[in-house]
Formats: sequence, C-alpha cells, structure tokens
Amino acid sequence: MAAINRDDVAHLARLAHIEMSAEELDRMAIELAVIVDSVKSVSEAAGDDVPATSHPIPLTNVFREDVVGHTFTAEQALSGAPDAFENRFKVPAILDED
Amino acid sequence: MSVDATLSFEEAMEKYDPVLGFEVHVELNTKTKMFSSAPNVFGDEPNTNVNEVDLGMPGVLPVVNKTAVESSIKIGLALNCKIAESCRFARKNYFYPDTPKNFQTSQYDEPIAYDGYLDIELEDGTVFRVEIERAHMEEDAGKLTHMGGAAGRIQGADYSLVDYNRSGVPLVEIVTKPIEGAGSRAPELAKAYVAAVREIVKNLGVSDAKMERGNVRCDANVSLRPHGRERFGIRSETKNVNSLRAVEHAVRYEIQRHAAVLDSGEPVIQETRHWHEDTRSTTSGRPKSDADDYRYFPEPDLVPVVASREWVEELRATLPEPPAERRKRLKEAWGYSDLEFRDVVNAGVMDSIEETIAAGASADVARKWWMGEIVGRAKVADVDPSELGVTPQVIVELNKLVEDGKINNKMATQVLDGVLAGEGTPAEIVEKRGLAVVSDDGPLLEAIDAALAAQPDVAEKIRGGKVQAIGAIVGGVMKATRGQADAGRVRELILEKLGVEG
Repeated sequence: MAAINRDDVAHLARLAHIEMSAEELDRMAIELAVIVDSVKSVSEAAGDDVPATSHPIPLTNVFREDVVGHTFTAEQALSGAPDAFENRFKVPAILDED
Repeated sequence: MSVDATLSFEEAMEKYDPVLGFEVHVELNTKTKMFSSAPNVFGDEPNTNVNEVDLGMPGVLPVVNKTAVESSIKIGLALNCKIAESCRFARKNYFYPDTPKNFQTSQYDEPIAYDGYLDIELEDGTVFRVEIERAHMEEDAGKLTHMGGAAGRIQGADYSLVDYNRSGVPLVEIVTKPIEGAGSRAPELAKAYVAAVREIVKNLGVSDAKMERGNVRCDANVSLRPHGRERFGIRSETKNVNSLRAVEHAVRYEIQRHAAVLDSGEPVIQETRHWHEDTRSTTSGRPKSDADDYRYFPEPDLVPVVASREWVEELRATLPEPPAERRKRLKEAWGYSDLEFRDVVNAGVMDSIEETIAAGASADVARKWWMGEIVGRAKVADVDPSELGVTPQVIVELNKLVEDGKINNKMATQVLDGVLAGEGTPAEIVEKRGLAVVSDDGPLLEAIDAALAAQPDVAEKIRGGKVQAIGAIVGGVMKATRGQADAGRVRELILEKLGVEG
C-alpha cells in the first residue's frame, strides 16, 4: 500500500481549499492510497529504457505568431463576475497573503 | 507598526558577512500575451485587454507566443546561459484573485535558460561576477487594488478590485545563485546588478524596461553569517523593490536588521518582507508556510518547447553588442576622461553622441553640443535629450557654420533655439534671423573708430604695447554690432589700425 495517511489528505484538502469532514478524511486516505498504487503499476510496465514523459503525444513547439487577436469588452469580461465595480472584478479582501 | 531594531551598517559589516540573491521579473514587450492573442498594452481601460484564456474560462487552450520564446532565449544568451534543448511549462497552483485560473503557468524543473553569469562593473571599476541559476518563462498576474482601510494597503482593506489586463503578460524570471563575497559593497552590487539586467533587456529590445511601470521588478534575498562560516544564515525575501535606489536601500536595511536580530541571540525568521519607500524600511509579510506548497506539475495543455541549436544560433547572431562592452569601446574611441564619459552616460546622451559623430562631427564637438546646450534645454522641457528635436545633422550643420566663420558660438545657440522653434534648418535660420557674422570690414571699421574714440585711454595703453587691454575695445565693437561681428577679425583690425603687432 502507498504511504498516504490521513494527515496527507488533510494537508492536500487545505491546499486545495476543500472542506472535508473527519469521516471523509478517513475514507479518502484509503481510497487515495489505492489510486496511487494503481498509477504506480505503470512504472512497473515501463523499463529503465523508457524516459519519463509529461505528454502522451510526441509533439513540440506548438507556437502562435505574435499577432493581436480578439478581446472582450469590459462588460463581456465581467458578465460572469459575482460582483464588480468600475469595470473591475470586486473580490473580498484577502488578508495574511500578499 | 512596530519599528525593528537595526545595527549601524558599519557594525553589521564588522560582525557579519552578507549573502545575496535576486529574482528579477522582466515583462516582455511582445504585442500579445504569453498564452493568448490579447494585446499586451500598459495603461488601458481595466479588463479590456483580455479574452477567455486570460480570464481562465473553463475549456480554453493556451497557445505559446513564439516571439516571447525567442525573447526569452535572447535574454538567456545575453546572460551567458545555456539554452535548454527541451523544456516544458508547469502549473504553480495557488488561490489568489490575481490569477483567475488558480494557477500560474510557469516553468519549474525545466527552465529555458540556466547556468549563466553576468559581470557587474561597480562604480570604481571593480568587476564582480554574479552567477545566474536560471531564467524561466511565465505569465504575469492581474493587478489588485485594495480598497478601504489604510491608503491602499491590504491591511484593513474592505475589498479588492481586479484588473486582468496584465494577466498573461509574458515574463522572464531571472534567478541568481547565492552571491557571496560582496561584503560592504552588497547594497551597491545589488543596485548595479538590477541596473545591468534592466540595461541588457532594454538593449535587446525585448522589454520596455521601465521600472516605474513594473516592467522590471526585483525581489531581494538577504542573509547574514558570521565571518568565516560557510553555512548560509536564514534569509528574508524583500518584495516590491521597484526602483534601483530602493534595491540598494532595501539590501542595506535588511543587512542592518538581520544583524540586530542575530546580535540579540534570536534566529532570523524566514519570511517575506515588504519594502516601504516612505520610511525606507521593511515590514514583515507572511511567513513561509503551507501556502508555498505550490504542487507544481507539468502543464498538460502545452507541449514542450524544443530549441534546436540552429534556432539558438540564429537568435545569437541577432544579439546587439552588450552594453558594458559597447561603453568601453566608445569611451576609448572618443577619448573622453572617466568623468566626462560618466556625465555623458548619466545624462543619457551616449547614443545621441554616437549618432552625431557618425554624422560627421568630432567627439569633442558632439559632446560640447549635447552636454553644453541640449541636455539643459531638455531638462527645462522635461523630455529626454534625444526627444528634444535636435538631430545629429543639425549639430553637424551648426558646427560647420561656426567653423566656416559664418556665425559665432553665441549666434549658434540662437540658431539652435530657432531649430527647436521649428523655424527651419540652421542655414535658413541664419538667413531669416539675419544672424550672419559681419565680415564686411566697412561697418566694423566704423564701429572700431567709435569704440576707440569712446575709450581714448585704453587706445593709448594698446599703442603703448599693453595689448591685453584690447578686450575693452573688442567688447565695445561687439556691443555696437549686437554680437554679430567676428571677434577675431575685430581684434586684427584694431591692432592694424593702431599699428601694433598682435
């Protein structure tokens, strides 16, 4: 079994801003361990001669020329905002971060 | 706000050895953003230079700006870095309203440039090598304005307003290795390093490099250790240091603050510090904590960037001469003294002088005009000297008029004013304003007779061999001709008239 304990899950939940009950933490610790184990089986299939990859398709250098395209108006940009003021998104003040 | 204790800089230096480190963010001046085709323009109406990618809408795909990659490679090369054969982007995950995606697209384990160095010349000519750890590509975040509370600071703010125009602007973050051995010159080195980076990116043409607009921003890391100890002390990272002077002051202040903390027997807290220009001091930001666990992982929406050696060499071939080398070359070629050259550089007219010399003026004539006449006028007009409206051709033409004896120096400055007033070319202005030197001897002789008659005692002195007294008569003639006479010719004529050898 992978070493994912309850504290790890609680830490991840805090980083991801997900509120979890004590029960959920217990259950998720077990489930995540199974998931991590399952993913690990991939490394058993790949030998030392297979380099690690972050992308499944062998594609590189997908670029765009530096040419201006479309933009939104401020009204369009803010159309989904929960709150706005003077053409800007209005958000709660978030303290203890910079 | 409590005031931190500090030691004097001298005492701090006596007891401790500073180690520095810098993260400099450079905003690129591409036309569009790093991953979207929205315009990269400063100062527009809020939330108008955005599209779905910049706003982090679900299901959108970023596409890398090729020019931004090329600019990043150029910066890497100018910093003597190796350019990665292959590199990729990564997501830096954090929750904060300046990034609507809840992650910043950056590079983590595979920066595009790494292992470089920059030789920094300090004021007295000492060269200090700063090692570059890496330079990586990323995107800028949106701009937050904190409302309510005290004067726009986040402490006590009621809410914040977000403008995403800056969101997605291409950034290159340049990270140094720990800088050891600077000693008491650490603050000076800090300033010189950031100045050098700014100059390089400006010279490359890849950034507007205006610090007051945040095009170049510096985070300064400082730690102290007792002399002779190898292990580094605990560092602080001062953010928001956005002028060259502030970089110098912030490093100096942090050295003094750390020294006081260490002297009291306490450990330095590893934390972010905020720089305050008004009090020239820092205050505690947030301590390093879980919030710095960014859970980086490879960006699945962007494929790797492969920089073939051919591409890199092509870009290398386009690099301009490095600023420091160029300065050295020009100073030697022009034969200016250290002081003269420094004044020229500080006045921001080195390029203009170079162009003026290329247009045909001598180095001394070019310097005389730019430093003597144009810099002062530009200051009054509050513009850069190069933007005042004087072209190198104007100076060459003015100088030729003086050398040919058509106008004197005093008239030349009037002609310059005429050029700036849009009255035409120097020759046209000489004509229009009737400024030509009076070279017809007739009117001069009349004026000389009058001046001699007005000052008979002086005339007598000259006749008696006191030639140096001639100035009074020349002055009288110049006054009578309203400065339009050639003073040299006037002198000759007076001596001739009085039968004295010059």
